Amino acid sequence: MLRFILRRILLILPVLIGMTIIMFVIARVLPGDPVGLAAGPNATRAEIEALAREFGLDQPLWVQYWTYLSGLVQGDFGTSLFSRRPVATDLAAYLPATLELVFSALLLAIVVGIPAGLMAAVWRNKWPDYLSNILSVAAISMPRFFLGLLLQLCFAMWLMWLPLGGRFPIIFDPPPGVTGFYTIDSILAGDWESFWTAMRYLALPAIAMSLSPLATILRMMRASTIEVMHQDYVTTARALGLSPRLIVFKYVLRNAISASLTVIGLYFGWLLGGTVLVETVFDWPGIGLYATSAIVSQDFMPVVSVALVIGVLFVTANIVIDVLYGLINPKVRYQ
Amino acid sequence: MTALLDIRDLHLSMHSFEGAAKVLSGVSLSVEKRQIWGLVGETGCGKSLTGLSVSRLVRTPPAEYTGGQILMDGTDVLGLSEPQMRALRGRRVGMIFQDPTTNLNPAFRIGTQLIDVALAAAKHDPAILGLEPGAGRRARKAAARKLAIAMLTEVGIPAAESRLDDYPHQFSGGMRQRVLIAMALIGRPGLLIADEPTTALDVSVQAQILTLLKQMVATHDMGVVLITHNLGVVAQTCTHVAVMYAGTIVEKGPIEAVLADPAHPYTQALLRAIPDRSVKRGQLQGLAGAVPNLIHPPPGCRFAPRCALARPSCLEGPPPVHTRAPGHAVACPVVEEVQHA
Repeated sequence: MLRFILRRILLILPVLIGMTIIMFVIARVLPGDPVGLAAGPNATRAEIEALAREFGLDQPLWVQYWTYLSGLVQGDFGTSLFSRRPVATDLAAYLPATLELVFSALLLAIVVGIPAGLMAAVWRNKWPDYLSNILSVAAISMPRFFLGLLLQLCFAMWLMWLPLGGRFPIIFDPPPGVTGFYTIDSILAGDWESFWTAMRYLALPAIAMSLSPLATILRMMRASTIEVMHQDYVTTARALGLSPRLIVFKYVLRNAISASLTVIGLYFGWLLGGTVLVETVFDWPGIGLYATSAIVSQDFMPVVSVALVIGVLFVTANIVIDVLYGLINPKVRYQ
Repeated sequence: MTALLDIRDLHLSMHSFEGAAKVLSGVSLSVEKRQIWGLVGETGCGKSLTGLSVSRLVRTPPAEYTGGQILMDGTDVLGLSEPQMRALRGRRVGMIFQDPTTNLNPAFRIGTQLIDVALAAAKHDPAILGLEPGAGRRARKAAARKLAIAMLTEVGIPAAESRLDDYPHQFSGGMRQRVLIAMALIGRPGLLIADEPTTALDVSVQAQILTLLKQMVATHDMGVVLITHNLGVVAQTCTHVAVMYAGTIVEKGPIEAVLADPAHPYTQALLRAIPDRSVKRGQLQGLAGAVPNLIHPPPGCRFAPRCALARPSCLEGPPPVHTRAPGHAVACPVVEEVQHA
């Protein structure tokens, strides 16, 4: 098992290096003048050249890349042209916000999607099944940012139950940072008021992001549950007097869940990439919002770094999923 | 004395787009303790449905019971509610099926599966675990585990205690079938329905499993319905045999009587179709024709269209059942006439 994980990590190294090369080159060959933008409209030619020298942009591309890569190995993601802050510092500030959002969305999708899919299969072709069918098709078809706007309109503007955007009220201090997840930090600090506030801010963007994976997990779970219910071992379990509840929630669930596991792994990456839109709509201070503003100002170091971080997280998530497969299905061997 | 299982004139229809197929038409079978009944017939004759009906595992709809009774210790299971039925499954009637690779849940240790069946049975009869009523969860689990080990040892799994934590794929086919037998018997049922238990196994393992079944009948005083299409298995294992054709039992009785003196033309045809060393290549006698359509079955005897002895009267109504010898019944009036003439 440990060897399997190590091997998987070694295998992704070339992928990551390839990714840095592609991202790095694309960011630099794109038309535009990031240095000129960063230096400001009134900068002289000499000032612009000085700035380019300062950031090493006058060097040949491969030298720049080598500098970047050797910095990366030491945890240095380069420096933002605009804010002049190290990108690593920015990432440390923005990444937890994004991860909190993505994990809450995924958690919501799993916690609701899996039991709902199981129920839809148990009550197949009855009204709960039809209802879940209609709702999940609607949820999958709706673009996330549009759904976000609808939620804002409904719950923030009309009903005024929840805040329109942001992560925490500016006038209050966020809970002391341990994990960077406000919800978890406030629990750790025993500050229930902050927890409640953080949850209220988290609710709408998390729901907007979760509906699509929720619906997919639900449909996946329904299909695999129906398949498993037709297996011989379910008949045997029934024939030997096990209760339907035990059969569905213990024996069927574990066999049916592995198909959904694949979807969950894929959706983790999809959600990370998709935060750009939702974070913009909800003004959520995560890496998506960070990347958007960097793209607008052609500040390429943050863009490359965000893409790299998303890549690493995505690959890690898939390794975790592979390990979970083995825990659920004893027949999967790690070689 | 009431029989362990008494199926009386059971009628079952299957509804499909083409109409209702009368898949069981008047099946009657009575099984007592220590009897092993072989239920033989070709694919689709209704032998598996008869077995599944005893545990009420046939989905209704599409199936519909249109008549008859299935009495277990005097109670008609067709009239029981689903929870009442659950109290009988595994407890009064155990089942084993054809393919041991697909009948064990691949994602759970066999110990977990055995213990859950034992605990479910103990819900209706705490004595199975050998505990006082009202024993705690822990105690029940420990007792169920002990029982699982004892049961596995009894069916011939070596080092049972250490194998409890193994997954089904770590066992061979024959061993898996032994585990399934242990699982079916852990609730101490009086009746066991074995649906083609050896068909998926190779011949040497088949013999071991059949021997094991016979042992189990002797030690636990059970009755068994052994569903198979293999007359060799029946001859080797059973005390009684019932031959089914197109949803009806055409002949039944003690094994020696039926094999020595097969009366129904279909039974005779079946026995003729068994290859034998004295038969030369090309001389094996098959049975001409095909099984009738059960949506529009032939009136009268269902075998008549394929029967060499058939006469016009055979198509008029269901054939009356004759008792040929004590316990040996045949649903064919013609044979008697021909033989007495």
